[in-house]
Amino acid sequence: MQYSRISSMTLAVAAALALIGCGQKEEPKPAPAPAPAAAAPAPEPAKPEVTVQLGHVAPLTGPQAHLGKDNENGARMAIDELNAQGLEIGGAKIKFALVAEDDQADPKQGTIVAQKLVDAKVNGVIGHLNSGTTIPASKIYFDAGIPQISGSATNPKYTQQGFATAFRVMANDVQQGKVLGEYAAKQMAGKTIAIIDDRTAYGQGLADEFEKSVVAVGGKVAAREFTNDKATDFAAILTKIKSKKADVVFYGGMDAQGGPMAKQMKSLGLKAKFLTGDGGCTPEFIKLAGAASEGQYCSLPGVPLDQMPGGKAFGDAFSAKYGQIQLYAPYVYDAVMVMVDSMKRANSVESAKFLPEVGKTDYQGVTAKIQFDDKGDLKGGSISLYQVKDGKWEYRRNNILAGLPWSRPPGVAPRSTFKGCAPAGSAPVPPRRRSKCAIWRQGRGPPKDGPRMQNNRGFPQGKACPNLPAWPRSAKENGGGAF
Amino acid sequence: MIGAMVALTVIKLLAASGLPVFVIILVALAAAAAVCMAVGYTIERIAYRPLRRAPKLAPLITAIGVSIILQNLAMLIWGRNYHAFPPILPTSQHEIFGATITSLQVAIVLIAALMMTGLIILIHRTRLGRAMRATSENPPIAQLMGVNINQIISFTFIIGSALAAVAGLMVSANYSIAHYYMGFMLGLKAFTAAVLGGIGNIAGAVLGGILLGLIESLGAGYIGDLTGGFLGSHYQDIFAFFVLICVLIFRPSGLVGEKVSERA
Repeated sequence: MQYSRISSMTLAVAAALALIGCGQKEEPKPAPAPAPAAAAPAPEPAKPEVTVQLGHVAPLTGPQAHLGKDNENGARMAIDELNAQGLEIGGAKIKFALVAEDDQADPKQGTIVAQKLVDAKVNGVIGHLNSGTTIPASKIYFDAGIPQISGSATNPKYTQQGFATAFRVMANDVQQGKVLGEYAAKQMAGKTIAIIDDRTAYGQGLADEFEKSVVAVGGKVAAREFTNDKATDFAAILTKIKSKKADVVFYGGMDAQGGPMAKQMKSLGLKAKFLTGDGGCTPEFIKLAGAASEGQYCSLPGVPLDQMPGGKAFGDAFSAKYGQIQLYAPYVYDAVMVMVDSMKRANSVESAKFLPEVGKTDYQGVTAKIQFDDKGDLKGGSISLYQVKDGKWEYRRNNILAGLPWSRPPGVAPRSTFKGCAPAGSAPVPPRRRSKCAIWRQGRGPPKDGPRMQNNRGFPQGKACPNLPAWPRSAKENGGGAF
Repeated sequence: MIGAMVALTVIKLLAASGLPVFVIILVALAAAAAVCMAVGYTIERIAYRPLRRAPKLAPLITAIGVSIILQNLAMLIWGRNYHAFPPILPTSQHEIFGATITSLQVAIVLIAALMMTGLIILIHRTRLGRAMRATSENPPIAQLMGVNINQIISFTFIIGSALAAVAGLMVSANYSIAHYYMGFMLGLKAFTAAVLGGIGNIAGAVLGGILLGLIESLGAGYIGDLTGGFLGSHYQDIFAFFVLICVLIFRPSGLVGEKVSERA
């Protein structure tokens, strides 16, 4: 694997160089091939058709390739529909082109691919799939001023870095971990809970939030074990968990490990219930776990497809074209639609022009009504819980549909402003430096000085922010309720 | 990896046919072994034989190249997904002194023991085995004694590939999954086990493999408690290579390795 990764990285670098070669006019290198697509829109009405490139990044090789392909299909479907509509933006006929890239779910590769997309002058980026690749890549898009909407990166840090270009159309892991933890400790009567994660930004982040939530409602965490996102053998850690007599095992990670893990739990005679997050909420999990998947739980931000506003129609159209939906395809579809909707409202396909409009999105998507808060997180995101019954994921409950609201968990800074103001008491720092600072902090947990981080979004300095009401802002937000 | 993938394909094809499980597995094994033998022979012919007189580093580099080619070929043929093993094998569990073991795992241990015994007999009790040992000790002298070393090396590759096919099937049956790069870590660990036990000594390699497995599992299970949470079970893979480095430093010929006498 190592070798093949090195080779494909070299290839990717070579490809990136090639793309730089055929980029735009600023490039000093002679363009050997004609530019395949003009990214910048031409204002002259004489040029009737403009091609707009949208980047899409997900792992297309490796253990998560099936999820990556699913995401790409979601984006492709949106783009095909948009092209069929024949949109006109800024007086020019718009044709969308998807630039699909593979980041192998590897943070290093994620940044290489991000740079490649920036060099190819894409107008917007959809993705990446994994939090671990999305977070480092978001810095590159931010520096280039390219809007990025992820349909599946759920780690809270992604939007906490203060990058005005970062958005997601899915509830984050703070909410998910809280709901899962409360469910495990209360509803599943888990007296001793074991937690395993795969040490990726996503798995670790979700497991940490889960642990906090379990402890907060008085549950006991018996063991905290680790694996990695390429492992196949979990006998050692599961044997240890068995000796601790855990009755619930939570796994923060993807289905390629979660499935075999559930299976090995059964063959080790571990009777505990298995619970996993959105990464394990796929048909692939059931396939890999076999009979051991029966009765196990997973959670997924959002509501089930058949309860989504446009879920049924989307599901039918998608299945007809690409087969079964794995996981995130509807979210990615919405991400593309939100981005294009912003272009329409801005009447421009230029990143700098339609970026402010993304934050003001009010779009009725397939998955939900999409509005962003000031950080770029989805407003009012909900979490659904599923259980395997007769070899199929079956919807159990949803925290919002059940009438129980969500709340901002402790330790998360309140919403910052996007309007270009500096929160009171924060020293003005040039935006560029601040963003570096944010990246540097990225690996070190949530920032200690919240106000300065928020300031990353507000470029003009000196103007004080209006006093934002402290969380919760409304009774609805202050439920703090469990399932 | 190729063995596992071929076996899996055959099993999937035959699973619906209603044949007894035992027959399906045997057919799959035969197919996997046949394909692996052919691949092994071809690799030897293309990647190693032309380099017989080249410096020792050259075959190592072609080995890495071949491994990349094989992985990517497998990715093209079988796709990028994890493949689940059809649930046709018995999975009854047995409790032995508090440890749980499935009948499948018992079968795997027995088959492995059987194959190792067979290999030891082959190498130490047959003409072919004697020729192999002679070739490994000193190829030019073996050639002078009338051993066709090219033929012997090809045979060794074919036998090794067949054993790898069986191993691949057993690994994928145990974990119920197969995918195109499953062999990489396994290959590294097998090499570590062989070095630990002593290259050129089958009993030593078996001992090395068992030791390595125990060190890894116990290490992953207890390191968290022993270091007070400073190191966790995600350091599981490190043990194998830590042991490898220690052995290379302190006992370069392995735990039960034969002393290689320096000839003038």
